[in-house]
Amino acid sequence: MDFVVIQLLTGLASAASLFLIAAGLTVIFGVTRVVNFSHGSLYMIGCYLAWSILTRLPRDPAWFALGILLAALATGLIGALLETTLLRRIYRAPELFQLLATFGVVLVIQDLVPLIWGPQDLPLPRPPWLRSFVTIMGERFPLYDLILIAIGPVVLLLLWLLLHRTRFGILIRAATEDREMAAALGIDQRILFTAVFALGAALAGLGGALILPNTSANTGIDLAVIVEAFVVVVVGGMGSVTGAFVAALLIGVLQSFGIALLPKATLVLAFVVMAIVLIARPNGLLGQPLAPVRGAAGVPTLIRPASKLTQAVLMAGLGLAVVAPFVLGPYPQAVLTEALIAMVFAASLHLTMGPGGMVSFGHAAWFGLGAYGAALAAKILLLPTPIGLLAAPLVAGLAAAAFGAFIVRLSGVYLAMLTLAFAQIVWAVATQWSWLTGGDDGVLGVWPALPFPFYWAVLGLSAGTVWLLRQVIHAPFGFALRASRDSTLRAGAIGLDPDRLRMAAFTIAGAAAGLSGGLFAYAKGSVFPTYVHVGHSVDALLMVLLGGVQTVSGPIVGALVYTGLYDILLQVTTMWRLALGLAIIGLVLLFPNGIAGAIRRPA
Amino acid sequence: MLTRRTVLAGAAVLAAPAISRAQAAPIRIGEINSYSAIPSFTLPYRNGWQMAVEQINEAGGVLGRKLEVISRDDAGKPQDAIRLAGELLDEQKVDVLSGGFLSNVGLALSDFAAQRQRLFVAGEPLSDAMVWEKGNRFCFRLRPSTYMQAAMLAEEAAKLPAKRWVTVAPNYEYGTSSVKWFKALLTAKRPDVQFVAEQWPALGKIDAGATVAALAEAKPEAIFNVTFGPDLTNFVRQGNTRGLFEGRAVASMLTGEPEYLEPLGDEAPVGWWVTGYPRELVETPANKAFIAAYQARFKVLPGMGSVVGHALIVSIAAGIARAGSLETDKLITGFRGATFDTPIGAASYRAIDHQGTLGTYVGKTALKGGKGVMVDWRYADGANYLPTDEEVRKLRPAG
Repeated sequence: MDFVVIQLLTGLASAASLFLIAAGLTVIFGVTRVVNFSHGSLYMIGCYLAWSILTRLPRDPAWFALGILLAALATGLIGALLETTLLRRIYRAPELFQLLATFGVVLVIQDLVPLIWGPQDLPLPRPPWLRSFVTIMGERFPLYDLILIAIGPVVLLLLWLLLHRTRFGILIRAATEDREMAAALGIDQRILFTAVFALGAALAGLGGALILPNTSANTGIDLAVIVEAFVVVVVGGMGSVTGAFVAALLIGVLQSFGIALLPKATLVLAFVVMAIVLIARPNGLLGQPLAPVRGAAGVPTLIRPASKLTQAVLMAGLGLAVVAPFVLGPYPQAVLTEALIAMVFAASLHLTMGPGGMVSFGHAAWFGLGAYGAALAAKILLLPTPIGLLAAPLVAGLAAAAFGAFIVRLSGVYLAMLTLAFAQIVWAVATQWSWLTGGDDGVLGVWPALPFPFYWAVLGLSAGTVWLLRQVIHAPFGFALRASRDSTLRAGAIGLDPDRLRMAAFTIAGAAAGLSGGLFAYAKGSVFPTYVHVGHSVDALLMVLLGGVQTVSGPIVGALVYTGLYDILLQVTTMWRLALGLAIIGLVLLFPNGIAGAIRRPA
Repeated sequence: MLTRRTVLAGAAVLAAPAISRAQAAPIRIGEINSYSAIPSFTLPYRNGWQMAVEQINEAGGVLGRKLEVISRDDAGKPQDAIRLAGELLDEQKVDVLSGGFLSNVGLALSDFAAQRQRLFVAGEPLSDAMVWEKGNRFCFRLRPSTYMQAAMLAEEAAKLPAKRWVTVAPNYEYGTSSVKWFKALLTAKRPDVQFVAEQWPALGKIDAGATVAALAEAKPEAIFNVTFGPDLTNFVRQGNTRGLFEGRAVASMLTGEPEYLEPLGDEAPVGWWVTGYPRELVETPANKAFIAAYQARFKVLPGMGSVVGHALIVSIAAGIARAGSLETDKLITGFRGATFDTPIGAASYRAIDHQGTLGTYVGKTALKGGKGVMVDWRYADGANYLPTDEEVRKLRPAG
């Protein structure tokens, strides 16, 4: 019994931490609709700032509280700066484009933090009061965890009061419900957005500062918390602060009992919870269906066939690519191989994201399933390379078809997060089913055996797949798919079945991504769980957004630019994250419709 | 597309002179590591190998030629490591590949090296698969493996009266194989020992309070810990406050390394059996000279990473010198049995499985002047903590 009580209290303390991360994210999303990837970075900055402040202050509780508040305030100011200098310029860009800018910020901060504070972990020396405990049912329980348990509801109450008892709060809620109506009634959105972003950032800073006594300020915090923060926000319902609180409680408590019962489940527990919640409640626990944001963001445009010029450029590029092995050495060929594979990966995501209207945060799942399919066919079944390359799209396509049934009921970020949950489950299986997948050590020795250079196989299959994906978009199926995206009701009224169309698109995209994974497995000679990692899903997303969602050539351009920048910067500078982040931010500001979107001929 | 080509062509032009360079051109060592992903280990590591290169070149180089290291950041991803390894071989024309921190990067590089039939010398990756299950004749590994470090701790653990053990390890290969070997080796020495609970926190995301409570609930007499870095700080703080470690023995992997012991500050645990590096307490001439030179050069004390980086280059120089050639087959023959001196002791590369016999220090943790230190330590020579040759042959299909 005492174990149950202690574990419950422990779960509540983790829940409080989770809530603090998620609260700011959900407030920001509710009003600005910005999917803020840099929230984890703000959290990390809060933690480092708290370290700098608290190590200079006296060590008693009152000074501690002041130091924490100062850190939160400073993070809020950084957030305001971020909003006014960067995000404000791109609110009118298509949906989710801001995500790209915030990802640029993540990269920049990842290099700036070790530059400012050094690479070593920075622990806060704990004064005695932070080490003290209370005895509950004969067990020692940290006093600081009790304080955290209290801080959670206090922050919730303060936020509730702010949202429901102040004029500022009324404006926030009005803007959350209907941004344009609020604007039409004369509310200055610029100030409101800046204030909301600052508030969200301050909450992130507060969360980061408050974990400092339990751990150390370190450079891994940002990526460690950002995914969890999204999970909590989505489970609670996006934009709902109370929902985030309930979700944090649910996940925090389930996790603390879960690891006692199933210690190996730590990798997936939160994602399984999220998948179950989303399948049962497509808008999260307390979320409302989101009002579409009219006018400002993401006007769907017609996709037109490529211009003569574009076609000529593409054919010339293809011709050059065919003769490349005669001209280029092995390394440029390897780079080209990767670029071609990235093109297929991005183009497949584009089919679901653009014409399909389904954003995916877990596209690496299909890539990874294809890679493992090919690798296991080659290494365990000892099948020849062509069969392995056939197995890749087959395995991924079948899995995508099965999974598609669950996701078509969802939309927007909820759908995206369910794909992420699935990808995380695939990742955990790849990591933990080690007798089959080799676990973290991966599958090695998957080298291609073909009578001609493997590069040509990659070129042929990549170009063919991208061409097929393009045909799919311009075929009646593609038109029906776009109709379902733009108006489910009208599409249904003329006899289309939007759910089936979306499932089909999802399956095709899954199979194409699977093929790219299979090619990658043979190109690299090995397959690792990192292929399924969330970072790889984000890569696909960045390529599509960078190139532009609204053109068929967008993902191709995006894949080339992104992989090109990444390869070159990684090779030439140790500060490649800073350089890549700044490049992304620059491109975002220059081309708010994506690079290919900007060079498209006017209508 | 055009930009990409132009840049690549430019890179090729820059690299071209390397081919036509004369005999006195430096020996080029390609080095790949997770500099941006794991800065707390890899930055001291980089200092270490830089210093080794300078020292070797001052002393006249190897085979009459100077050493040159071309270093790349793999961003923590095996797929990037493979691409960069190709770049180092094909564009930079390096003679030897080396590096690695994460085990999967190490394995990817080792497999790539085997495919291209070139030599790869791994410094830090600890996975046993590097030299055994997935070992190949082109790959050598410097540091004591997961097996060896677990064996060192199991030897001490067997002397303890504790019978009820629990384990806590990060939920990935390094954690699972450390626990596997520790259990097997301790049970072999002490059949009366039982393992009553295990915890597998996600790497970098430990839920420390819940983990500590779940371990305490099993009422263990001793704990085997594999967590490190920020997870370890979090685990130790919750454990200290909740009294998990009071009256219990603890054996802990790598915790005595300055990189992991220092961040624990005045909360560093007392009386844990750990592997690590007592640094300034080791008064051998080699170590004192190393620390003095390192401090003079970088104004800070070295970490374990610095020792690994230094020893890696020294060992490569020794292997090349013994081979007397840069041809891969001759290099492999030269590396097999090559001996070299490191700041912490002499070591060699075994012919049987290409594992380095470099050891590490085993001792207990203590607090001195508000800082964690190692006491009662001894140098455990890696050669003494490997299975018999017969068992190694079974573990290593590659031969």
